[in-house]
Amino acid sequence: MPLLDIQNLSVAFSTRAGTFRAVDGIDLQVDEGEVVGIVGESGSGKSVTSLAVMGLIPSAGTVIADRMSFAGTDLRTLSRSQRRRITGKDVAMVFQEPMTSLNPCFTVGFQIGESLKVHEGLSGRALRHRTIELLEQVGIPAPESRLSAFPHQLSGGMNQRVMIAIAIACNPRLLIADEPTTALDVTIQKQILDLLVGLQRDRGMALILITHDMGVVAETAHRVVVMYAGQVAETRSATELFERPRHPYTGALLDALPERALGRRRLPTIPGVVPGIADRPQGCLFNPRCPRAQDRCRAERPALLADDAGRARCFYPLNSQSEVTA
Amino acid sequence: MTTDVQPVASRPPHPLAETWYHFRQNHGAVLGLVVITAITIVAILADVIAPHSPIAQYRDSILAPPVWHDAGSWRFILGTDDIGRDMLSRLIHGARLSMMIGVIVVTLSLAVGLGLGMVAGFFGGITDVLVMRFMDILLSLPSLLLAVVVAAILGPGLFNAMLAVSVVVVPHYARLTRAAVMAEMSKDYVIASRVAGAGPLRLMLVVVLPNCAAPLIVQATLGFSTAILDAAALGFLGLGAQPPTPEWGTMLASSLQFLQRAPWVVTWPGVAILVTVLAFNLLGDGLRDALDPKLKR
Amino acid sequence: MLRFILTRASLLIPTFLGVTLLTFLLIRLVPGDPIEVRVGERGISPERLAQFRHELGLDQPLWKQFLDYIGGVLSGDLGTSLVTHNPVLQEFLTLFPATIELAFMAMLFASVVGLPAGIVAAVKRGSWFDHGVMGLSLTGYSMPIFWWGLLLILLFSVNLGWTPVSGRLDLLYYVEPVTGFMLIDTLLVGEYGAFWSALEHLILPTVVLGTIPLAVVARMTRSAMLEVLGEDYIRTARAKGLNSRRVVGLHALRNALIPVVTVIGLQVGTLLGGAILTETIFSWPGVGKWLIESINRRDYPALQGGVLLIASTVMAVNLLVDLLYGVLNPRIRHAR
Ligand SMILES: Nc1ncnc2c1ncn2[C@@H]1O[C@H](COP(=O)(O)OP(=O)(O)O)[C@@H](O)[C@H]1O
Ligand SMILES: [Mg+2]
Repeated sequence: MPLLDIQNLSVAFSTRAGTFRAVDGIDLQVDEGEVVGIVGESGSGKSVTSLAVMGLIPSAGTVIADRMSFAGTDLRTLSRSQRRRITGKDVAMVFQEPMTSLNPCFTVGFQIGESLKVHEGLSGRALRHRTIELLEQVGIPAPESRLSAFPHQLSGGMNQRVMIAIAIACNPRLLIADEPTTALDVTIQKQILDLLVGLQRDRGMALILITHDMGVVAETAHRVVVMYAGQVAETRSATELFERPRHPYTGALLDALPERALGRRRLPTIPGVVPGIADRPQGCLFNPRCPRAQDRCRAERPALLADDAGRARCFYPLNSQSEVTA
Repeated sequence: MTTDVQPVASRPPHPLAETWYHFRQNHGAVLGLVVITAITIVAILADVIAPHSPIAQYRDSILAPPVWHDAGSWRFILGTDDIGRDMLSRLIHGARLSMMIGVIVVTLSLAVGLGLGMVAGFFGGITDVLVMRFMDILLSLPSLLLAVVVAAILGPGLFNAMLAVSVVVVPHYARLTRAAVMAEMSKDYVIASRVAGAGPLRLMLVVVLPNCAAPLIVQATLGFSTAILDAAALGFLGLGAQPPTPEWGTMLASSLQFLQRAPWVVTWPGVAILVTVLAFNLLGDGLRDALDPKLKR
Repeated sequence: MLRFILTRASLLIPTFLGVTLLTFLLIRLVPGDPIEVRVGERGISPERLAQFRHELGLDQPLWKQFLDYIGGVLSGDLGTSLVTHNPVLQEFLTLFPATIELAFMAMLFASVVGLPAGIVAAVKRGSWFDHGVMGLSLTGYSMPIFWWGLLLILLFSVNLGWTPVSGRLDLLYYVEPVTGFMLIDTLLVGEYGAFWSALEHLILPTVVLGTIPLAVVARMTRSAMLEVLGEDYIRTARAKGLNSRRVVGLHALRNALIPVVTVIGLQVGTLLGGAILTETIFSWPGVGKWLIESINRRDYPALQGGVLLIASTVMAVNLLVDLLYGVLNPRIRHAR
């Protein structure tokens, strides 16, 4: 049984222009100790999916799912206080913007200790001790003196380490990292990723790593989910995906990787943007940007087709048998 | 690329149409606009609508109660005051005074504030420091106290009260204008028109002013309520319009002694002030929400 | 921190000098002969006029007179009242506690009601409660408080007879002023009846004076909370599994308080202005009523001194608020 099991998850926001499905019928399974990468351009619904798992969708949004269970518990039927006992303890999250994700009015020590106090009832010296330990584990030098620091006194990288310390404080079984390095300097990005992967390996926790950087996924994930416009475009094991992508969108994302573009003068990019609330096309959601689009793609919406190694939402997938022979 | 499947891009609506759309969503603001329109009509037609002269004294019916009282009559619908003047007629003529106060105060303070703010923002340096320091000084006094002091210096009277209230609100317009001018001055189109040889005055009036109109319109609308409220307060304190002028605040000045015997003398002028001020505040709030691009989605 | 305080305080010096200059000019701007205004006599003989002119230093050049005036102000000499012949400063200080007591109670009332109302309205955005709070606060903000006072007197004093109409204390009692604050003085002498009487007398003036600040505090709290509730760190707090009470009451409120406290502090000016009206309606023996009486009695030195003192008070409070802002906001407190 997977640790996290989500089937047919949809998240709809009611806006002035009508209801908008930011996430539209997503399946997602994560096993204990597994690293799952979710990739896709911004606006494709990655953050909304993870917020739905955390139970943090704002009240303007509705979450529907056929199945949404964590470690055998049905998350849909839990009361709010029961849900809170899981959120932040067994499932924790690291956000994209470390500089704004920490409360500017409280010290770093307080914000880390708060989780421990609320979920594990720690206080006094034990709390302080554990907090310092956590700061050490996330690689913050001179942890004791950092306890009383305010977020604005630390760098972005340091703040992201603090966010990670908060997330791992109660030994979660699943950690969701939503673009944890996007807002950081390139030099810091690798350090933070290494920290996350190291923590995942040491603790054996499951990790959902959200990113729009295929390169990062290649190095870390066991399995990859490619999202496009609120839907899963393709899901496959990481090695398979990188060797034989099926969906043209995946293919385009991979072509955009610098290491695959050796010898070419310019990196290929995907023209256009992810369709938003007002401009969802007919047929396949990717068809206006797809170089392989045919009449059928413009008329019908493809289902998520299964093959031996994964699934892709495409009528005319890449690397298919016919293509190989052709 | 396949352009034939692109959905028809909806043309963005005209800014005014969009503002009106946002404004209509706000029921309070629409209500405010309706009330203000009604009061304006009453003010304009005061001579026609009012059943009596606002200063005619009917010695036979002193402190006559409103029509719904047992002793009331249709002759004086809202009753009469302590020297037998018809309350309704006084209130109707008071509407004319209050709207006039609003218009004059806002025009006066807006003109002066706009001028000072532009000069400060445009020339900068020592001019800016001097002008804005002076505005700071005015702002450091409680607004009613400042109005009271100015009215005391000028002497009591409706026109002096209007001057006093204008002085109090000038700093708000000056600050707004200066901030807007400074923000606009650094933008490309201003620099472009400067390079193209537009003179400072032309630049100010034709290029910069229209672009900082929105906050000024909001402030001016809210300025109506401040003007009416403060002028009424001065009238109440005996420093504004003098009897027998039917100014709403002045009407309340001597009413304390009739509180028990004739509560209607106290009630209606206050209701008139409250409703008018509230209407302008509702309208101002609605305009701010409709014009403020930050709040637009 | 000390440097922060000193910088802020030094910024006030030009403003203070400006206000002093304004009040200095005030007495020269009022209609009528400055000496007659100053001395309070009419038809003075030329010899006495020259003598007064010399005594008052009016034969000096204007800048010299201004320097003398500032010197006097700084040494606490604000002139003498034309009516009572007491030093203006002394008169002001006798009456000021009554105004402070009233203003303090009004601020307390506004905060105790306005903060929770604004918080709940923000949390339940769009609910009937939110609409109610917003509607009432806009009404309160538009209120002609002099009329509001009359209305409350009509209802609670005249019709219901629950509250006294005017003054600070029932005529039955006399309490020797020690601090000048009636609530404290009555307790100091152990007169509980007098304490209750003082409290009763405070109710209506407090509500009247507190109405506009209440409206402002409620609106400001709501909008500050709405802004803070949309911040990323609130999402982080929720992601920790904290309950709403902790998320709203600790994480959000702590941040929202920074602008709200500033706004509360800035209401002190509004309060001292409103005190002029409130004290006049309720015959409250404070500086607001005294100022209006001074105008009516053409006691310009008293008006001049009173305005300067009130303006200085407002400036001092604004400075305090500025400092408090620094204390509340770690980003300023720990600025490097
Ligand atoms: N609270 C919300 N209300 C309305 N629309 C939202 C809300 N949150 C997210 N969306 C929309 O959902 C879509 C997916 O957003 P998101 O999950 O943040 O994308 P990603 O994380 O993949 O960049 C976007 O088009 C965004 O505008
Ligand atoms: Mg995102």
